[in-house]
Amino acid sequence: MNVAMFYLLSAIILIFSVLSVTTRKILRAAVYLLFVLIGTSGIYFQLNYEFLAAVQLTLYAGGIVVLIIFSILLTHHISHKFERPALFNLLGGIAVAAIGAGAVLYTVFDHQFVASTAPALDVNMTAIGEQLLGMDKNGYVLPFELISILLLAALISAVVVAKKGKETEEL
Amino acid sequence: MQSTIYNFHDLTGSIDSTLHSWFGNTGTVIAEMVLVGIAFLTFYALLGLFLVYLERKVCAVIQNRYGPNRVGPMGLLQTVADLIKLLMKELISIKRSDKFLFNLAPFIVIIASFMAIAATPFAKGLQAVDLNIGVFYVMAVSSLGVVGILIAGWSSNSKYSLIGAMRSGAQIVSYELSVGLSLLAIVTFAGTMQLSGIVESQADGWWIFKGHIPAIVAFIIYLIASTAEINRGPFDLAEAESELTAGFHTEYSGIKFAFFFLAEYINMFIVAAIGATVFLGGWMPFHIGSWDAFNHVMDFIPSMVWFFLKAFFIIYIIMWFKWTFPRLRIDQLLTLEWKYLMPLSLINIIIIAFIVLMGWHF
Repeated sequence: MNVAMFYLLSAIILIFSVLSVTTRKILRAAVYLLFVLIGTSGIYFQLNYEFLAAVQLTLYAGGIVVLIIFSILLTHHISHKFERPALFNLLGGIAVAAIGAGAVLYTVFDHQFVASTAPALDVNMTAIGEQLLGMDKNGYVLPFELISILLLAALISAVVVAKKGKETEEL
Repeated sequence: MQSTIYNFHDLTGSIDSTLHSWFGNTGTVIAEMVLVGIAFLTFYALLGLFLVYLERKVCAVIQNRYGPNRVGPMGLLQTVADLIKLLMKELISIKRSDKFLFNLAPFIVIIASFMAIAATPFAKGLQAVDLNIGVFYVMAVSSLGVVGILIAGWSSNSKYSLIGAMRSGAQIVSYELSVGLSLLAIVTFAGTMQLSGIVESQADGWWIFKGHIPAIVAFIIYLIASTAEINRGPFDLAEAESELTAGFHTEYSGIKFAFFFLAEYINMFIVAAIGATVFLGGWMPFHIGSWDAFNHVMDFIPSMVWFFLKAFFIIYIIMWFKWTFPRLRIDQLLTLEWKYLMPLSLINIIIIAFIVLMGWHF
């Protein structure tokens, strides 16, 4: 049952990733990307790691894809169809993809995967929260705070960039 | 003391062991998936029909009318007749629209609400999946619905649909924050995100009473923000009838329109169910601290009755909103969220964290 679900989810992820780069309509690419991300969160659910699965759904599927679709809708050329790429570009792209896939597959098959003998940890929210904001050896409070400051700076600068001057607005 | 409440786990457990003896392990999982699916689909359809009827009756009472009263007793079969009519309507396909996305959109919307309903605890022990991140899961899957709305708006190749979808997208994305923060308030009190755990933590009183004023503030913010998130009046500018004909589902007909319509009503139920579970104790009877005799009497009312009473109480409030307040403008809508509700819920969270830290709550 688990194996069958894994193959189903993997098939969804693979098929829709290929579709999302080969489709010639930009909004469809975004929707295919949504399916890929939902499939990935399905795999996290299979691993019983519900927290990461829900994060995947909220941040990527519900957040980033919505923003992508939103920005596509705001652009002028939403019904624009991409032209077929030139033969040289197509072959070059396929070659690069094949080399990348080859490198990844070589590493995966070369590596000996040993099943972990450590007992399965109960990943509950309290543990994740304490780890994330812990100040002891394995705590992540410093990176967490650094990222928050970085995001705040990005947010403020985005507002500054997007804000038009008062005088131009009134004209 | 809790023993008088019937635990549905006995029933589901016995079904589970019977299935195990019939089908073996893999077969049981498949059979249970099918059974739960059928149960939820039936519930979904019946609930949708009833909520539409309820909405028309509530609206009629508020407007001093009778409402549906011809088909069946008290007009109860009116929505069934409407459904049959909808099923027989022609599915119109739009010229120069993106057919694939046009047909996909209703399914995304309805699947998002279907996934959210799976985590709802209907009664003691009656819950399809009890994830340890329950509240977060519901937030996550319900945020997928907006993708369907945006796609529907664009693929219809109509300006009304596109404007409606854009408004709806902006609205849902911004109000999601307030919904999340107000739920987080109670998660802070309960110390768990598991929905069954949150219900259990209210055995000595519901959080709206135990959590002092901040819990009431969080409840009010939740009501406002979630009404906006399900695109209902007074926040229904996404489908403002008087200006956009019907917003993002203008071009849909027949069963595809019915899907959007159904998903909208089920989303209202989900919002009410989560609100009832988190703030009003879910299926937990009305208990007061250590008044054991009183609590024992309350336990005789079945847990499912408590759950549906609370959920329909919140649904009634949401309907009351819709038929009482005038529609907001888009700038007023965004001002309300970003300038009032968001800062208020952030301050509220800080106060609640302080209360929990000092142990001032009951």
